[in-house]
Amino acid sequence: MHEGNWITRAPTLERKAILLAKVQDEAGHGLYLYCAAETLGVSRDELTEMLLDGRMKYSSIFNYPTLTWADMGAVGWLVDGAAIMNQVPLQRTSYGPYSRAMIRICKEESFHQRQGYHIMMKMAQGTPAQKRMAQDALNRFWYPSLMMFGPSDKDSVHSAQSMAWKIKMNTNDELRQKFVDQTVPQAEYLGLTVPDETLRWNEEKGGYDFAEPDWTEFFEVLKGNGPCNRERLAARNKAWDEGKWVRDGLLAHAEKRAARKVAAE
Amino acid sequence: MSSPNAAYPDTPGQSAKPRRHEWPLWEVFIRGQHGMSHRHVGSLHAPDAEMAIRNARDVYTRRNEGVSIWVVEARHIAASSPSEKGPLYEPSESKVYRHPTFYDIPDDVGAM
Repeated sequence: MHEGNWITRAPTLERKAILLAKVQDEAGHGLYLYCAAETLGVSRDELTEMLLDGRMKYSSIFNYPTLTWADMGAVGWLVDGAAIMNQVPLQRTSYGPYSRAMIRICKEESFHQRQGYHIMMKMAQGTPAQKRMAQDALNRFWYPSLMMFGPSDKDSVHSAQSMAWKIKMNTNDELRQKFVDQTVPQAEYLGLTVPDETLRWNEEKGGYDFAEPDWTEFFEVLKGNGPCNRERLAARNKAWDEGKWVRDGLLAHAEKRAARKVAAE
Repeated sequence: MSSPNAAYPDTPGQSAKPRRHEWPLWEVFIRGQHGMSHRHVGSLHAPDAEMAIRNARDVYTRRNEGVSIWVVEARHIAASSPSEKGPLYEPSESKVYRHPTFYDIPDDVGAM
């Protein structure tokens, strides 16, 4: 998790409380989506095991490290911003349980992006070192954020079917363009530079021309070769293994109490 | 009416695979601030009812969404099957006289 190593290092108690609230939301969003997936007939434990042994994909962005406090700003602003861009149209997806999960998620996600941008404003208006940190965070998270929309439409394996079934409503490239058009002015307001020398406003199309992310890197990250893949999955496995006695204990307790109740009746 | 996966009647059940240590699935219903009935908001896993309510508090009411929580284990919900909705609801479709607009009342009578 991106926020994991910054909760204990947040610069103020308020920032720490905000980060905890955000993490609690994100855990909730994971639960909504797992519940939606379960309606298709797979059990929670099966899904968890698929994630833990690497059979189930998760968003490529989680495999990038968060090196400085400014990364908490960049993650909220860019990563949650890209997520919102994806999730807003998904509220109208054709699969009911997925749609209902997305409606709940969208209600809560906006706070994440705004708190991230707020951190970026503080850093960008701070000391020269803080501003450098903010610029560095933007440099590192810009392209991974663009990757979050998935490969270009022509290379996307699932897009055509998902569009035909109206599971997704917009193509990856459409949403990526929308994200760039929305985000560039926000970077300008911060006085930061988007790390793309080819970035130009294109009057004719009414949007920015911008450089594609490095798709070789994207597919390497998906294959498990990103900077933090092993670490992230190891942390998930450790939490699952070390939590086993708690899960088993609570279940045993519940069964014992239920049996006692039956015996008393 | 009820099926192996009662809350999700069109979903194949998983009875073939023993669930081992998985916590049961609970459906969560929340009554909002404004006097409305409890409304289904989602589901979660928990070992028992007490923990299900605690988890529902954390998962579904982080922003004052509710004043009352109900939880019920999903396997206890009997559900109609979407594939039977034709015959199930047909009787209500043929009774147009149940709707107020079925009756022509002259304008002279005034609002009714």
